[in-house]
Amino acid sequence: MARFVLRRVLQSAVVLVGVTLVVFLLLQLVPGDPVRVALGTRFDPQTYDALRERAGLDQPLPVQYASYLGHALTGDLGVSFRTGQPVSAIVLERLPATLSLAVTAVVFALLVAFPLGIVAAVRSGSAVDHAARVFSQFGVSVPDFWMGIMGILLFAGVLGWLPPSGYVALTDDPGRWATHVALPAVTVGLVTASILTRFIRSSVLEVLSADYVRTAEAKGLRNRVVILRHVLRNALIPVVTVVAVQLASLLGGVIVIEVLFAWPGIGRLTFDAVQARDYPVLQGAVLLVAALFLLVNLLVDILYARLDPRITVK
Amino acid sequence: MSERTERMPSPRRHPMTDSTVLSVDDLTVTVGTRNGPVRAVAGVSWQVRPGETFALVGESGSGKSMTLLAATGLAPRAATVTGRVRLLDDELTALPDDRRRKLRGRHVGFVFQDPMTSLNPVLPVGRQVTEAAEEHLGLTRRAARDRAVELLELVGIPSAAGRVDAYPHQFSGGMRQRVAIAMALACEPDLLIADEPTTALDVTTQAQIIELVADLQARLGTAVVWVTHDLGVVAGIADTVAVMYGGRIVEQGPVDAVFDTPTHPYTRALLAARPDPSRRGEDLVAIPGSPPSPLDLPPGCAFWPRCPVRADPRCEHELPPLTPVGDGHTVRTFYRGEAG
Repeated sequence: MARFVLRRVLQSAVVLVGVTLVVFLLLQLVPGDPVRVALGTRFDPQTYDALRERAGLDQPLPVQYASYLGHALTGDLGVSFRTGQPVSAIVLERLPATLSLAVTAVVFALLVAFPLGIVAAVRSGSAVDHAARVFSQFGVSVPDFWMGIMGILLFAGVLGWLPPSGYVALTDDPGRWATHVALPAVTVGLVTASILTRFIRSSVLEVLSADYVRTAEAKGLRNRVVILRHVLRNALIPVVTVVAVQLASLLGGVIVIEVLFAWPGIGRLTFDAVQARDYPVLQGAVLLVAALFLLVNLLVDILYARLDPRITVK
Repeated sequence: MSERTERMPSPRRHPMTDSTVLSVDDLTVTVGTRNGPVRAVAGVSWQVRPGETFALVGESGSGKSMTLLAATGLAPRAATVTGRVRLLDDELTALPDDRRRKLRGRHVGFVFQDPMTSLNPVLPVGRQVTEAAEEHLGLTRRAARDRAVELLELVGIPSAAGRVDAYPHQFSGGMRQRVAIAMALACEPDLLIADEPTTALDVTTQAQIIELVADLQARLGTAVVWVTHDLGVVAGIADTVAVMYGGRIVEQGPVDAVFDTPTHPYTRALLAARPDPSRRGEDLVAIPGSPPSPLDLPPGCAFWPRCPVRADPRCEHELPPLTPVGDGHTVRTFYRGEAG
């Protein structure tokens, strides 16, 4: 197990370096000159050249990349073109907001999708199954920003139960954090729940027809035991991947939702950085998202090996 | 394989008593399909006495597996089951699902066809072996573990104590089937239902599994229902046999009588189709055609379209009743040709 984990960590590190290269090169292809944007109306050729030189932008690309990578390894991701603050500080500052939104949304989605997906499969063709189908169809086809707006109108506007937008850190005031996170988390979580419900339903349905489930029934086990011990454990294996992909993509920041709810997370930061052509911040944000993605995948691989005994052997 | 197809003396004979472990009476199974209801099993009756081996023989789709699944309450949801099934002192067909569940695993153990798919891939084998004992006999997890080792030893798994925590994929096919047998015997059931347990195994392993079951049966006194399409197996281990075709029993009786004086043309064709070493070099005998679709059964004998005899024209349009032709030997045909 330890060797398996070590191997996966090393693989992740290699991928991460690859990501830095791709991000670096992609930004070279983007039109627009960041130094010009930074100077705005104060543009004059001397300042322009000086700034370019200070940022190292007059160097050849490989040199720029090597210097970027070298600094990145020591945690120095450069400074924002716009504010002059260190990028690593800016990015990490936004992490808790995104993390708390993503985790809350996924927990909400799991709480909805698991019972619904399992019951829909076990009682396939029943009213619950049809309701689950309508729910997931609704969830995947209605755009999340529209649901967000409707949520704000209803719960903040008409009912006045929840604040329409804004963010309070969990560590500052858990109660107010909860009321603020509820709307964006449910909005994002509904989409995730719809996808998961479908997936769990089909996965459980498939396992239900497996030979070993008939074996379990032939042993005279209680229905609950058959479902929980034999069906669910097996059905969970493919579901874990989907949950992980969903979580990872939410960690990347749900840009539209973060902008809509004035949620100061990574998505919002990415949005602002793109608009301002603040390349160092954009690079930092993308790098962080990639790192989170790899981390989630690493955890999933470990979880996989725990769920399915056949995996470590291969 | 040729040894297996020779007649072998049945391992044991039991005094014929009136008590039965499982008795199936006029069982009919209708399965709802997209193309309308399909009668998979029609009016099947048979009994198994304590310690006896009963063989249910037939081609794929003849209704032999469905008969057993329906009899024990494991039929698919789309199936409608009528008739009466008696397990020991309980009328299974009259019991609510939950009561029936409590008898399953406790008094009847099952071994299924393919050990590669019939074991749960993510549970240790020891756990799977004793689940039924935990459920029905209230064994604690600790006691269950000891029992698992004991059962794995019983079915001949080497160094069983070290393998209780292993997973199915760490065993070979034959070993998995041994695990499945251990699983079926966990509660020392009165009846073991083996649904083609050797079909998915290679020939040498088949012989080992057959011997294992015969040996366990002798030691534990368990009655066995052996579903198979292999007449060699039947000759070797069964006391009584029922041959199924198109959802009905076409011939039934003590194994000696059925093998010595097969009467139904289908039984005769099956026996003739066995490979015979004395006819080495000749073409194998096959029954032309294929079994009828249960969606479109002929009005008379289901075997008529393939029947090589067709001696009695009534068989074509009229369903022959099961008629006694000897001591406990019945046959569903109007034809009474020369025996053998």
